Amino acid sequence: MSDTTLPKDPEDAAATAAEAAVPDAATALVAEAAAAQLADREPILQVRNLVKHFPLTQGIIVKRQIGAVKAVDGVSFDLYAGETLGIVGESGCGKSTVAKLLMNLEQVTAGEVFYKGQDITKLSGRALKAVRRNIQMVFQDPYTSLNPRMTVGDIIGEPFDIHPEVAPKGDRRKRVEELLDVVGLNPEYINRYPHQFSGGQRQRIGIARGLALNPEIIICDEPVSALDVSVQAQVINLMEKLQDEFNLSYIFIAHDLSIVRHISDRVGVMYLGKIAEIGSDAEIYEHPTHPYTQALLSAVPVPDPEAREHRERIILSGDVPSPANPPSGCRFRTRCWKAEDRCALEEPLLAIPTRFANVDTPAKHESACHFAEEKDVVGAA
Amino acid sequence: MATSVELSTEEGGTYSGPLLDVRNLHVEFRTREGVARAVNGVEYSVDAGETLAVLGESGSGKSVTAQAIMGILDSPPGFVTQGKIIFQGRDLLTLGGEERRKVRGARMAMIFQDALSSLNPVLNVGEQLGEMFTVHRGMSRKEARARAVELMERVRIPAAKERIRSYPHQFSGGMRQRVMIAMAMALEPELIIADEPTTALDVTVQAQVMDLLAELQREYNMGLILITHDLGVVADVADKIAVMYAGRIVETSPVHDIYRAPAHPYTKGLLDSIPRLDQKGQELYAIKGLPPNLLHIPSGCAFHPRCPRARDVCRTDDPPLYRVSQHRASACHFWKETLGDDSVPSDDT
Ligand SMILES: Nc1ncnc2c1ncn2[C@@H]1O[C@H](COP(=O)(O)OP(=O)(O)OP(=O)(O)O)[C@@H](O)[C@H]1O
Ligand SMILES: Nc1ncnc2c1ncn2[C@@H]1O[C@H](COP(=O)(O)OP(=O)(O)OP(=O)(O)O)[C@@H](O)[C@H]1O
Ligand code: SF4
Ligand code: SF4
Ligand SMILES: [Mg+2]
Ligand SMILES: [Mg+2]
Repeated sequence: MSDTTLPKDPEDAAATAAEAAVPDAATALVAEAAAAQLADREPILQVRNLVKHFPLTQGIIVKRQIGAVKAVDGVSFDLYAGETLGIVGESGCGKSTVAKLLMNLEQVTAGEVFYKGQDITKLSGRALKAVRRNIQMVFQDPYTSLNPRMTVGDIIGEPFDIHPEVAPKGDRRKRVEELLDVVGLNPEYINRYPHQFSGGQRQRIGIARGLALNPEIIICDEPVSALDVSVQAQVINLMEKLQDEFNLSYIFIAHDLSIVRHISDRVGVMYLGKIAEIGSDAEIYEHPTHPYTQALLSAVPVPDPEAREHRERIILSGDVPSPANPPSGCRFRTRCWKAEDRCALEEPLLAIPTRFANVDTPAKHESACHFAEEKDVVGAA
Repeated sequence: MATSVELSTEEGGTYSGPLLDVRNLHVEFRTREGVARAVNGVEYSVDAGETLAVLGESGSGKSVTAQAIMGILDSPPGFVTQGKIIFQGRDLLTLGGEERRKVRGARMAMIFQDALSSLNPVLNVGEQLGEMFTVHRGMSRKEARARAVELMERVRIPAAKERIRSYPHQFSGGMRQRVMIAMAMALEPELIIADEPTTALDVTVQAQVMDLLAELQREYNMGLILITHDLGVVADVADKIAVMYAGRIVETSPVHDIYRAPAHPYTKGLLDSIPRLDQKGQELYAIKGLPPNLLHIPSGCAFHPRCPRARDVCRTDDPPLYRVSQHRASACHFWKETLGDDSVPSDDT
């Protein structure tokens, strides 16, 4: 983690565009929030045109850059206090990279992340440290994300080393025991090591650690993907309970669309570094307008053999293209059954499709497709 | 355990039973910490052209059972201590090493979850596929190569002729899984065991791969054992289901019936704990407690510490596999009540 101000790449067109898009943060954002449906609530996090390119280099001694993996390529969304924003998409579409950018674990190539109106990508030193306290992360893998040589007490208490103001030395043990209790683990386990716990229990340890500093936002990157169904339900219920108790905001990243629907208030669907469609859970799951969302939903196996007869499955051909060389125009066009010439020439922007702009319909939500239209794929109305 | 009901008894003079019939199979691992009883009397069968889904949480013995059937159990420390594995009328456990290898190579094949680590990284895929034909069918290298290209086309790998010189790591996850399927299909086996074949893949690719597998199965009328913990995949492709818990089958059933009315509290708990794509519920039902420790399997019914229905008899008496109907069985003393119960279980976790 570096505490220096993040440099911008002056040659990056996207960066310039992003800066232009948010001329005066405070006023522009207030106006936007007012326009939003959730007008009474102010976003706690505003992400604008986030870009992350990883350079591809060649040569061992003299490294030449021969291209870039466009892992995240212009992502914008808002997060409100107390809500859960789900992010779904196939492997490699950039979900984890977004998470790392929000946590400042990677430097942005371009774009802004406003936490309560302050661009945290430009913060450094003490100011950054103060913000970091409020944004925590829970990782996917309960088996490798915990240091095997540290006791559970040390793991959960480690954030206090960086932020001693939250729990003075004398209070730590008590605080850690409280945290264990909050996540449903026996406080007497404080001196045990990670290998003495099951997967679900380890995920609870990760959550306790995430809660240690009383954050406002927790970014969860596939927090239950490695767990069995029965244990998964325990962890999800715990996360929902904690959210209510502490008014937490979650960004919940997962590839399991059913779990994301269960926990999320709003959902963003990512494809190759961009958001294809974003809206409330009902808008996305019951009224998707982007062909990729429709394909993704139709491909989810539904645990009900009777439903299989009533569902239309859209089987996409081919694999996801390389993010180093994404297709021109619409990135989904190489797999899209609706693609036309225009899709190769003109990039569809993430916006409310004009045809729905003046009608009152759940289809009226942001979708990055020239030909956005509804299609019921889940079979529920 | 000895009381388990025989589920398939329709044998005539010549063999007319199921393609594969596993009976009262026991496997244990003798480790330094003690004896882990991984498989404790598994019973299931699969017919030609039929898909049996084996379901259960991590560590319930799904893979170990499959390894015992294939004869690839890690031994020591793993040992089959009891039971029969009847394949086309012959008990595989009585065959000698050479005969067993022949069955394994040509008549049954396995597809693993992780294609990258089960393919040979230093041979290109053409060589690996071709080897199946040179070793088992005595073909020339040229013939074998032509067959390999055909197979790759069959599993819809684009530009098969060119891609045949590629190495496994040069393929995407979905393509590698298709190469694995091609390998398994090469000798047109009668039985395929697919151990979590799509768990590592994305939903859209998962759908492609499952579709392919189902299509090939129909075409060749193979028996398919599909091991998974994804109840959604099961509903999509299986004919019948066997649910495992702590190394035992706790319920077997045709796929429609089990979703409509499970006959075992564990199955019911599993079904209730999955979030649904087409419904947004309130709190998820969660089975309380943790999966059992195989070194110390609970007495009586192994599920009793987690079961909302458990009574005294459950702590002392191991339930046999009761016959529920002609095609269904449940290892629960109170299967009748469970079947009739449609109320939402009370949540005390
Ligand atoms: N440090 C890095 N250097 C180069 N490329 C990277 C780096 N980190 C990620 N990438 C690439 O960026 C893209 C997005 O990766 P990311 O991990 O964000 O995907 P994801 O959506 O989280 O996928 P998954 O579902 O598999 O976790 C991928 O193509 C990945 O290979
Ligand atoms: N080689 C081995 N040595 C010792 N124990 C083993 C070995 N292989 C498996 N086991 C044990 O046998 C039990 C059953 O394992 P198995 O792999 O069959 O589970 P599974 O149902 O396939 O689970 P998963 O869904 O995680 O794949 C586990 O407790 C496992 O630890
Ligand atoms: S813009 Fe064209 S290619 Fe892209 S999703 Fe819409 S129809 Fe398909
Ligand atoms: S036998 Fe008893 S403990 Fe076991 S599943 Fe049935 S009711 Fe539950
Ligand atoms: Mg990721
Ligand atoms: Mg397994």
